[in-house]
Amino acid sequence: MQTNTAVSAEKESNPVPKTKTLAAVKEIGMMAVFAAAALIFVAAVLMICIYLFARAIPGISEIGWVNFLFGADWALGMDLFGIGTLVVGTCYSTAGALIVGVPVGLLTATFMAFYCPKWLYKILKPLTNILAGIPSIVYGYFGLKVIVPIVRNAFGGAGFNLITASLVLGVMILPTVISITENSLRAVPKSYYEGSIALGATKERAIFRTVFPAAGSGVMTAIILGLGRAIGETAAITLLCGNVAHFPTSLTDPFVTLASGISSGMGYASGLRLEALIGCAAVLFIFVLIITVLVMLLKRKAK
Amino acid sequence: MARELILKEGEVDTRSIVSINRMSVRERLRAYRRKPLSFVMLILIILASAITFGAVLWILLYTFIQGFSNFSLDLFAWEHTSKNLSMMPALINTLVIAAISLAIAGVIGVFAAIFMVEYAKSTNIFVKIVRVAAETLAGIPSIVYGIFGMIFFVRLFGWGYTLLGGALTMSMMIMPLVMRTTEEALKAVPDSFREGSYALGAGKLRTIFVIILPAAMPGIISGIILGLGRVVGETMALVFTAGSTLDPAFPSGLMETGSTLTVYLYALIGEGNRHIGQAWAVAVVLILLTVLINGLAEYIGNKLKKEY
Repeated sequence: MQTNTAVSAEKESNPVPKTKTLAAVKEIGMMAVFAAAALIFVAAVLMICIYLFARAIPGISEIGWVNFLFGADWALGMDLFGIGTLVVGTCYSTAGALIVGVPVGLLTATFMAFYCPKWLYKILKPLTNILAGIPSIVYGYFGLKVIVPIVRNAFGGAGFNLITASLVLGVMILPTVISITENSLRAVPKSYYEGSIALGATKERAIFRTVFPAAGSGVMTAIILGLGRAIGETAAITLLCGNVAHFPTSLTDPFVTLASGISSGMGYASGLRLEALIGCAAVLFIFVLIITVLVMLLKRKAK
Repeated sequence: MARELILKEGEVDTRSIVSINRMSVRERLRAYRRKPLSFVMLILIILASAITFGAVLWILLYTFIQGFSNFSLDLFAWEHTSKNLSMMPALINTLVIAAISLAIAGVIGVFAAIFMVEYAKSTNIFVKIVRVAAETLAGIPSIVYGIFGMIFFVRLFGWGYTLLGGALTMSMMIMPLVMRTTEEALKAVPDSFREGSYALGAGKLRTIFVIILPAAMPGIISGIILGLGRVVGETMALVFTAGSTLDPAFPSGLMETGSTLTVYLYALIGEGNRHIGQAWAVAVVLILLTVLINGLAEYIGNKLKKEY
């Protein structure tokens, strides 16, 4: 640790009387405590990785990698462990959430940053914060009791399908998309917007042709963090997906995601079935790791 | 600023200044006729905002109407029975898990942030690794935390479903949040505070605990309260570690299973259509709690923040 050398250098230039050695010990001791706290973060990630993969890899090997990753049959009760349909379901529902949430979120953020009068902003900003705070199980229950019947009446079927899930997930990712997009739009120097207006552009043209491109990496971060929230969402999706493991062929088909597959497979959690669930969690973990790396690369680019 | 100055001196008619930058409605319409796409975008912006805030109000109002019409004192009775379906034990469990996880995550998160801001240089490789680790932890979905907690605390330690296991899992989940908000609060303390303290002969440790932490306290507390909001709203990680039961009797200790409020709602929903009303009531309590908690965090973060 380089900081140790910094501290000792300080000591040399500033010789410590013997009565103060206790204080010096205390200083260094507490620094070690602070460093240990920081180390706990690394340890936590390592432990999650190790325990997840140490359980998942032998289990998946026993099931067979190809069988597990690409198999189309998922039925824990019958020892069928193919998560292909779960991965596809996760991709579909995440894409659906983005299709619903991203356009609405970006446009709402534009409204908040450029159109909203101050008095209205004071009402709307807390409302988006409330949206961010509502527990996902409450979204799930609202979806179950309100959105499912509406979708059932409008599109037929049981109502537990991609449309329902996309609508609810789309609203759930809205606060993430809105707040990060709004912040990055506001971070663009005002002169970009003013220059564009001065050249005769309409307000909308100025926003979408100059401010948005300038805020590009922030907007991308907003979308990817929204994606991250949608991909791992469990409580709401478990209630809304219909829990049928097959490749959905239409928007009104029920489906299963990795996360909802884990939570609804909970009752079977023993032996190889538990290993399969841990395998699902490991795959989900890898998805999220990729997203985290993407976000970090974008942030570096933004700097 | 400049305009205010002119206003005070009263030399220039301010209306003429404003009118240079403000288009009349007719001018604006003419501009839109030339660029119809801009007009379409304007409509879409307004439409999207209406959808967003319509959705918020719809969810809040619907839940509140359903919930309050099903409120009864029974739901808050001290003892839970299968008749009154009281949410009181679940509420207490939530507080217990929140208290433990906040205590743990608070200490670790704040200490780690002190290390990152006050001791380490940001180019340090160790700091970079810790930062990557914190970002990773922040991104992991709650179900993965749940599975990890189940492997680690429930199975490996052989605890079974316990409040302590749930609280430890939750503390891992909110550590990065506490660290990030604390880091921001520490960075907002001006360097002159540190320099002044050193100049008066205080050591680094004394400077941190006597000068910097008190100055950064509102930011730190608001971060910890945000963590509280996460714990109150979490479901899946707790189902897998603290267990889910429809009968949340008061646990006699930390090594007992117990449902928090969200998990209790999950269990009520799992009963199908038998407890619709009670579930709405629990949903209302959950929304009120999270609104209260997040509002408090924002209030402390903004209002109590001293300007330096």
